[in-house]
Amino acid sequence: MKARSAILFGSALAALVVGALASTHVTAADKVDPAADIKAFQNFFFQKFPNVKHEDFANGPYSMNEDMKRQWQEKEEFPPYEFALDAGKEMFATPFKNGKTYADCFPDGGIGIRQNYPYFDEKEGKVVTLELALNRCREANGEAPYSYVKDEMASLTAYMAYTSRGKLMDIKIPDDPRALAAFENGKRYFYTRRGQMNFSCASCHVQSPGERIRAEVLAPALGILNAMPIYRSEWSSMGTTSRRFVTCNSQTRAVPLEPQSDEYRDVEYFLSYVANGLPISGPGARP
Amino acid sequence: MFMLAMLAGLAVSPARAQSAVAEGQKLAFDRGKGNCLTCHVIQGGDLPGTIGPALKDIKSKYPDRNELFAILFDETKRNPQTMMPPFGRNRILTEQEINAIVDFLQTL
Ligand code: HEC
Ligand code: HEC
Repeated sequence: MKARSAILFGSALAALVVGALASTHVTAADKVDPAADIKAFQNFFFQKFPNVKHEDFANGPYSMNEDMKRQWQEKEEFPPYEFALDAGKEMFATPFKNGKTYADCFPDGGIGIRQNYPYFDEKEGKVVTLELALNRCREANGEAPYSYVKDEMASLTAYMAYTSRGKLMDIKIPDDPRALAAFENGKRYFYTRRGQMNFSCASCHVQSPGERIRAEVLAPALGILNAMPIYRSEWSSMGTTSRRFVTCNSQTRAVPLEPQSDEYRDVEYFLSYVANGLPISGPGARP
Repeated sequence: MFMLAMLAGLAVSPARAQSAVAEGQKLAFDRGKGNCLTCHVIQGGDLPGTIGPALKDIKSKYPDRNELFAILFDETKRNPQTMMPPFGRNRILTEQEINAIVDFLQTL
């Protein structure tokens, strides 16, 4: 950003969206209103980036920068996540020791369903993410759970995302006070500043998308999970949603939470719901 | 204490001032300290980010060093929405370190 006026304008807009979200919070103190939130949230990004096609917000930093987008499109010819995709496909088809498969744990045999995760489980009273559902499937079938942050978990979610490419994010918030509370809690976490640096998730992904932080272009919060999991050259490996949340917290000197802790599940619920209508684009590749 | 630190910053001798400038630049560029390049273009620094304005002509813009000290100590006082970390309030930098960086900023 060059001019100070542009900075002030940017933070004024951010104040607006925060204000808009906060005021829905205030006017409806006893009623959380996700429908109003999603509208305010999406309009903020559509207005801030009028030249970005709406479905492009599912491509993280590449939606923000033509140069990067070109490099990425070239990379897509030989996608660096292909090894994970192949591994995931094979793992998905391989029966557990008891003869069952992942397909038995999911609706539609697990194919083309990424856009419905996370969902609110009314029996449990909590948000269930795809990563969590995969490990629960393993444990229900007598297999040890995988690490949430990499390798096998990234391969499985990469394959499940791939079979869902182009489907529109479709997260439901049932009319259940616990579901509304989970949404609200995720939203609160997302906008709360923390750590020595005093950043919230929104500082980087609402206030500054498209700006460079050192050499990295910041992804917009809208559609930020649609491409998960991702291959990052910087990691030389794949990473899941859990890995990215932990990394963002620890890189900004905030204390990261446990992967799949209630709060991270709620943040994922909030971010996925406000991306409703944007296509699944995972797995993704990042610089 | 805030005032004392600023006065201490003012009272340095020319030789010490020069070493403070060099020290200030080091602190500003150090990723574990100021890491100002994360967000600001600064002459002499590599891989700057674009979140904040380029830091140049600082002395003409902020002739009063107290104002610069305050921006580094806690910019949320001026702008509650700012992304700039409150280096002093959150003890990322000591007041002495902030003063050295202010010396460096005044040479830009
Ligand atoms: C100080 C900056 C900063 C903060 C605070 C921050 N992030 Fe990030 N985030 C980054 C950077 C840098 C990247 C990598 C570049 C990119 O894709 O945006 C990133 C990437 C991501 C991605 C992957 C985007 C993609 O398409 O590759 C997600 C998801 C994400 N962050 C979520 C979060 C969440 C949730 C929080 C809060 C818990 C958070 N971030 C806080 C800087 C930040
Ligand atoms: C994470 C981002 C970030 C970091 C790190 C950061 N700043 Fe800033 N800085 C900003 C932003 C954004 C502004 C614009 C004003 C505002 O937001 O209130 C700013 C404004 C300033 C200003 C006022 C500039 C002007 O033209 O008015 C100075 C001086 C400054 N910063 C110095 C520093 C120094 C020195 C460091 C390191 C010790 C630093 N900043 C680190 C984001 C940052």
